[in-house]
Parts: sequence; C-alpha cells; structure tokens
Amino acid sequence: MQRSSIIFWFGAGMFLIAMLLMTQFIRNEYPFFAGYVILQFVVLSVAWTILGGYAGYVNFGTNAFFGVGVYSAVLLIRAFEAPLGVQIALAALVGGLLGLGVGLLTLRMRGIFFSIATIALAIIIETSITNWRFVGGAAGIQLQRPPVMQPFDTYVKMLFFVQALLVVIAIAIARFIQNSRIGRGLHALRDDELAAECTGVPTLRLKLLACVVSGALMSAAGAPAALYVQFANPDSAFDLNYSVSVLAMSLIGGTAHWIGPVLGAILLSTTQQLLTVTISSEVNVLVLGVMLVLFVVAAPKGILGLVRRKARKADAA
Amino acid sequence: MTSVSEAPLLRIDAVTKHFGGFVALDNINVEIRKGERFGLIGPNGSGKTTLVNCICGALRPNKGAVLFAGEDITQLPPNKRSHRGIARSFQIPRPFRSMTVLENLMLALDFAAHRHLLETEAHRRDAAMAILARIGLAPKAFVSTAALTQVELRKMELARAMATGPKLLISDEAMAGLSTSEVDEVLDLLLSLGGEDIAIIMIEHIMQAVMRFSERVMCLDAGKIIAIGAPGEVMANPRVQEAYLGT
Repeated sequence: MQRSSIIFWFGAGMFLIAMLLMTQFIRNEYPFFAGYVILQFVVLSVAWTILGGYAGYVNFGTNAFFGVGVYSAVLLIRAFEAPLGVQIALAALVGGLLGLGVGLLTLRMRGIFFSIATIALAIIIETSITNWRFVGGAAGIQLQRPPVMQPFDTYVKMLFFVQALLVVIAIAIARFIQNSRIGRGLHALRDDELAAECTGVPTLRLKLLACVVSGALMSAAGAPAALYVQFANPDSAFDLNYSVSVLAMSLIGGTAHWIGPVLGAILLSTTQQLLTVTISSEVNVLVLGVMLVLFVVAAPKGILGLVRRKARKADAA
Repeated sequence: MTSVSEAPLLRIDAVTKHFGGFVALDNINVEIRKGERFGLIGPNGSGKTTLVNCICGALRPNKGAVLFAGEDITQLPPNKRSHRGIARSFQIPRPFRSMTVLENLMLALDFAAHRHLLETEAHRRDAAMAILARIGLAPKAFVSTAALTQVELRKMELARAMATGPKLLISDEAMAGLSTSEVDEVLDLLLSLGGEDIAIIMIEHIMQAVMRFSERVMCLDAGKIIAIGAPGEVMANPRVQEAYLGT
C-alpha cells in the first residue's frame, strides 16, 4: 500500500474509533442529533462532488436521491420490517438505478439542461410518492424504531455511528475515483467532452459510473433518515433545500478534491445547526445563500482554491 | 492508387450527411493508403470538417459507411475509433484546460489502446515526455494549457493525438491563424510525424503548405468532390480555381 493510503485508512480508523467512543461516553443526546445531520451532509456533498465536481454535471436533484433513500427505507420497514443494514443497502441499489437513469440523460443533455432535467426528475418522483398510499401518501407515515443494538444505548447514537461509517465509505470511494484513471477521465470530459472522446476516453461509461456511484451514496445517506425522525413525508424527504445546501457545500468547499465537500459540509451544516438553535430554522437558508454568493465572487474555487492560492504564494515567497 | 493486394487504411464509402435540408456531404467516396499524406481542401462550408467528424465518430453519416483497416466502423463511438488508431486535432484547439500539457498527454496514454505497454505512471510520464520532446514542447510540459500561445496549443493537440498511438492522424487546420514561420514549423512537424505507419489527412487553406505536404489532394465544394489527384493537377483544375476564387 502507498504511504498516502496508509495515512488515509489510519485517519479513517481513528475517526470511527473517536465517533464510537463519543457514543459511549457522552450522555447528552443532542450532539448526536445535530452531528448526524452534519455527517449526512458530508456524505451527500461528497457524493454530489463525484458527478458535479469531477465530471462537471451539476445535479440539482440531490433531493430526489435523498427522498428515494428515505422512501426505500420506509417501504422496507412497512413491508418487511427490514433491519437498518438492509434498508441502507437496498436504498443504495435503488439510488444507483436512479443514477443510471440520470446518466442516460447525459446522452442528450449537458450543462443547464441536464440540471433542469434533474429537478424535473425530483418533482416526478415526489409526485408519485405523494400518491402512493402504502408508504403514507401526502400525509406522511409514522415509523416505530426497533430496539437499539449493542453497544449503543439510544437509537440516535447508533444512527450517528452508522452515518459516520457511510462518511468513510463515501470518502473512500471518492478518493479511489479521484486517484484512478476514472477520475482523470472524468476531469477530461468535464474540460471538453468531444476532445476526451476523441482521445479515447469512454465518456458515456464514465458518466454512467459517476451517476450510479453518486446516486447510490446519496440514497444510502437518506435511508437512515426515516428512523432518525421516525416519520417520513414527501415534503420533507424531497425538500429542495437538500439540493441547494449540498450544491452550496460542495462549491464552497471546492470540488477539485474530496476534502473540499467534506470541509464545506462541516462548515455550512455546523453553521446551520448553530443558527437553527440560536436564531431560527429559516434564517439558515438565508445565510447559505449569502455565503454561496460571497464564495462565488471572492473564491470561485472554494476553500480549496483559497488554500492552494495561499500555498502557491508561500512557495513563491 | 492502392494496389489490389493492399487494402486501404481508410475507405469512405458513399458517405452522405445532411443537417435538416442542408446536404453537407453528398455521396463521398475516397480511399486513403497506409502512411499516405493526404491534403483536404475546399472553401469554407464545403464539408471538410463534417467529413473529419464522420471519420472520427463525432457525427454519424446518414448514408454510406466508413471502413478502417478493412472493418466497418460507421457505428462506433469516437473513443473506440481512437483505440483503433484514428486521432485528430481540432480546428479550434480543445485542450483539457484544467490540466498541464504533460497531463493532457498522459491522459491520452492512460486511455490508449496500447496502455498495457505503459503500466505505471512513470512509464506514461516518460512516454509523454518523449512525444513532447519530439514535438518541441518539452519546455512547456508543466505549464497549464491556459498559458499556451496559439502555435503551442496546436502543437499540444498534435502531441496529444500522437499519444493515442494513431495510424491515421487528422490535422484540422492546425496552421490557421499562425505566422509564416510558425506555419513552416507546424508543417515540418507534420512531415516528420507522417510516413512510416502514420497516414495524415491535412485540412488546410494555406496553399503552399498543402502543395508541399500532400502526396494527393482532394478538393470539396458544397459537399461534393470536385477534384482529386496530384497537388499540381488539382490546383490547375479550373473547377477548383473557380470554387476558390469565385467567378
């Protein structure tokens, strides 16, 4: 194994151990309740970056994938009382299939047209779920949590740790793609799709792969949300705020490296959590907007771009 | 002309391409030999780039077939054609802008059909540097493509095309907008790349370059072949002169 890989997996292991220890030693449930949301946004933003950052296809339908994850879980709980692991795995499968569909859109649509199509997709799916009685329809559905598993003492703590595992999986996949020729091919097609194709890059196959992986991770991140709030309704599961937040987090963090969306998600969703508690849950959307505008103007390549510029200046000095 | 025993490298067989009611290519038939230097001329809008797009796969013809090394490739996407040995440069350079010159070439090597020969990144780096040295771009290897001059961009595109390991290289107006000395530079480069195993189709408006370069010249006008043959003959053809100069 390369040295960077050893460092990465060591860091990932330390992160998981730290998270696990937190669940064992912190009694108050609130940090986990808030932390879960932050981790969830880390997974979503990293997943978004695989398609939106590496390949340059801006997906505005994060809420579609998230909602599909939530409702895959709802369906599995309602029909089979399936355990959490199965919910997440099957949600990932369904999200991957949806991603494949979105990937086929890229055959005919690029740029803004692709983005609009993904919004349309979210609306179509939300409408279908709204009209599906078995999973609660428009009114939503109340869900009962099964007994919590050892070594966790509350369900939220367990979900927190599960989401931390998903973070590691998402980052590991994004990192693998970034460092492999898949990532290099995606960057080439982002720069110039025709030139990439004429240089031998199998653009369609790479785009489909990025869509499937990105979609699967987003839906996997959404699946535990059903039992997190013990309730699901189409309005909140397909909330457009997911799309906007994830887009903002990825762009503010920077999309050239997997660390970008991680930083962006931690920064923004922590701010959002703080604002929700201290001021109001509505004002955080405003703050998000203002921050996005500030970054687009002052640091179009996000935090990553700022750091790199600093580093280059230091080199030159 | 090709002998019966040796199949042509590229055969354009009755290719027709129209965009709505506009006929861009009308029943084009031509064969190109292995290692041939082929000049493609014609006034603006005569269908030269459309023909190139049909050869490299960016467009599919409405009728007819494209055969490469004896196999029908009409339905293949550009990346598969690239693997079989068709490479091109673009009329308006299309570098991968977020990458350096070296990375542009290494990407081509990364996805090339002969990739198995270049297992490690170090191998690919060496191979890319060798191509850059041959093209005369080695000093610019670590420069971002955004910082290149026009002539350097053209050379970079040729270098990237060479990195895919082509048997047929299509140069789409690689000399447009260059100064006289730069034209000579690129022309010498193309002459040095061709021969042996690489056939080159050169699309160009600069006549002395076409004359010096080509073994055979084809002139298109309004999607039809109006002349094909030795450069001198084609230039002397009254229809070619009419197409270029107007009446």
